[in-house]
Amino acid sequence: MGAFSLNYLVRRLLVFFLTLWVAATLIFIIPRLAPGDPITAMVARLTQQAGFVENADLIIEGWRERFGLNDPVYVQYLRYLTGLLQGDLGYSLARFPSTVSELVGRALPWTLGLVGVATLIFFSVGNLCGALLAWGKTPRLVKVMIPMSMIFTSIPPLLAGLLIVYVFGFLIPIFPQAYAYDYNFARPELTLEFFANVLYHGFLPAMSIVLVTFGYWALGMRGMMITIEGEDYMILAQAKGLKPFYVLYRYMIRNAILPQMTALAVSIGTLVNGVVLVEVIFSYNGMGTLIFTALREQDFGLIQGTSFILITTSALAVLIIDLSYPLIDPRISLEGR
Amino acid sequence: MAEDKKVKDAPVAGGTKQAGVLNRFDNPWLNWKFLSGAGILGFLFFLIFLGYQLWDTNLALSARSPLNLPPPGFTNWRGQEGVPEHPLGTENSGRDMLALIIVGTPRTIMVGVIAATVGMLIGILLGFMAGFLGGLFDDVIRLAVDIMITIPSLLVLIVIQAVLGRVDLLTMALLISIFSWATPTRYIRAQVLSMRESGYVQMARLSGVPVRDIMFKEIMPNLLPYLGASYIGNMQGAIISMVGLEVLGFGPQRIPSLGVAIFFSIEAGALFRNMWWWWGIPTVILAIVFVALLLINLGLDEIANPRLRKAS
Repeated sequence: MGAFSLNYLVRRLLVFFLTLWVAATLIFIIPRLAPGDPITAMVARLTQQAGFVENADLIIEGWRERFGLNDPVYVQYLRYLTGLLQGDLGYSLARFPSTVSELVGRALPWTLGLVGVATLIFFSVGNLCGALLAWGKTPRLVKVMIPMSMIFTSIPPLLAGLLIVYVFGFLIPIFPQAYAYDYNFARPELTLEFFANVLYHGFLPAMSIVLVTFGYWALGMRGMMITIEGEDYMILAQAKGLKPFYVLYRYMIRNAILPQMTALAVSIGTLVNGVVLVEVIFSYNGMGTLIFTALREQDFGLIQGTSFILITTSALAVLIIDLSYPLIDPRISLEGR
Repeated sequence: MAEDKKVKDAPVAGGTKQAGVLNRFDNPWLNWKFLSGAGILGFLFFLIFLGYQLWDTNLALSARSPLNLPPPGFTNWRGQEGVPEHPLGTENSGRDMLALIIVGTPRTIMVGVIAATVGMLIGILLGFMAGFLGGLFDDVIRLAVDIMITIPSLLVLIVIQAVLGRVDLLTMALLISIFSWATPTRYIRAQVLSMRESGYVQMARLSGVPVRDIMFKEIMPNLLPYLGASYIGNMQGAIISMVGLEVLGFGPQRIPSLGVAIFFSIEAGALFRNMWWWWGIPTVILAIVFVALLLINLGLDEIANPRLRKAS
């Protein structure tokens, strides 16, 4: 326990830091690949919207100097990377005095909470359903009910969110349609009442993710369980006369859950894609809505900063799952010795 | 029931006890999930084809029809009734919803097909190289795959599109395909690894068959159902990315696709003006496409992996 093989640890950390570097570099390069430079492009877009911008040349020149765009590219790149390392994501252009880090810091906890709770629910419910689907002793009624509840699987969370907010926020208005908490609360506070309100508001967004996702995990789990049912140690367990529930948990689920953990690490990226869009539908106060408003306001610095932080968060989540994997599967720690 | 069948089939296929389980009509491709998924998609394409023949698709452009009409039999928030000339209603810039569906659905699926095909071709090439050649190739490709899978594609696509602005469908498909090769590569590499040491591959290697032929003439045909499932999964992913980008407002706007229709409807607050036909119909069509793709995917999985077949 605890003793990772060094190989495993080094490789995971390498992937983590390379991911951050690739993301940072992409975000640095992309605007520079476009014809012109970001400032000219931005002023051009302003001109498009407003019809005419006074002294556009002066503005462009001033900003170029200000953002150091007259320096050679590698100097800009190094400055950008050191900035990122120090957590400096620059200023938001549309809400100027605020820095990107400030805005992101306010939005990120909401997204983390939403994703965390939704993941907990769909992973446990999905795996349980999958295990019950494959288990020989499951009541027939349950075996019929579970596949019926899986009809939404594979529909993007965005579309599920639309349907859910229409049905439960509009037709039968029992849940709030938008925001993470009532605006009676001036700011988040540490009371039970506020916490209940957050749960109430978070229910529909979380459901839109869970409903379309858990079936996928149930299917994966079912496949693993069927493979395990054919193993010799299952016959031995039966021959020993072990209690069925004990066999289900100790022999089947514990083995079948391992590949599911790997699959969870792989699916984090897709999950974050879905959450960003669900937040837009529900105007949830998280990173998705932040990026959406930034797109609205053409706030390029904010778009870049939000994307980078979300990518970092995903990479961190993957790293945590990968590093906790040897704890639940002792075989990994032996690998490569 | 099952007993009956076994008894009936047994003499036909030779009389031994096992023969009833494996008779010649037991074709794995006659899988109900695969067939019903393919059937749904086929039927959808047939309806679209019919639509192109029978309906005026120019109505999908804006300002060709009255605004905000509901389907016949319903009234909108202004109290206007639907008319039979617009069986699925119209939206707020005067596009006919039926024409919009007829034009938009194939455009959405086309982006999925292009992005999935490009991603799949790269995935096959890299997956085979990593799995079969191993060594440095494998290390580098695995690293690249791990990185690409960790990065949520939508976020980078948003940054790209924020620079490029609105793009046409082909560009959008190619942008999406930047991210659609990693999952197939990973999947194919795993399958190739499991095949590499099997008897027929070693036989081919001993007979001096060139590496390229072993990869693509010996191993690949055995992987076809896996490749099919992977391709369909890739298509789902591509369409999800595309709809996501469109709902954020990046779609081509003159000739709409399904995601752009949803974007416009959200912009106009259609959800809370109860204009359900505007966002609801594209959503339902997309949902049908996704369910059909999932069924095909599950069917192909069962075709490829006999163990999954028995317990269903």
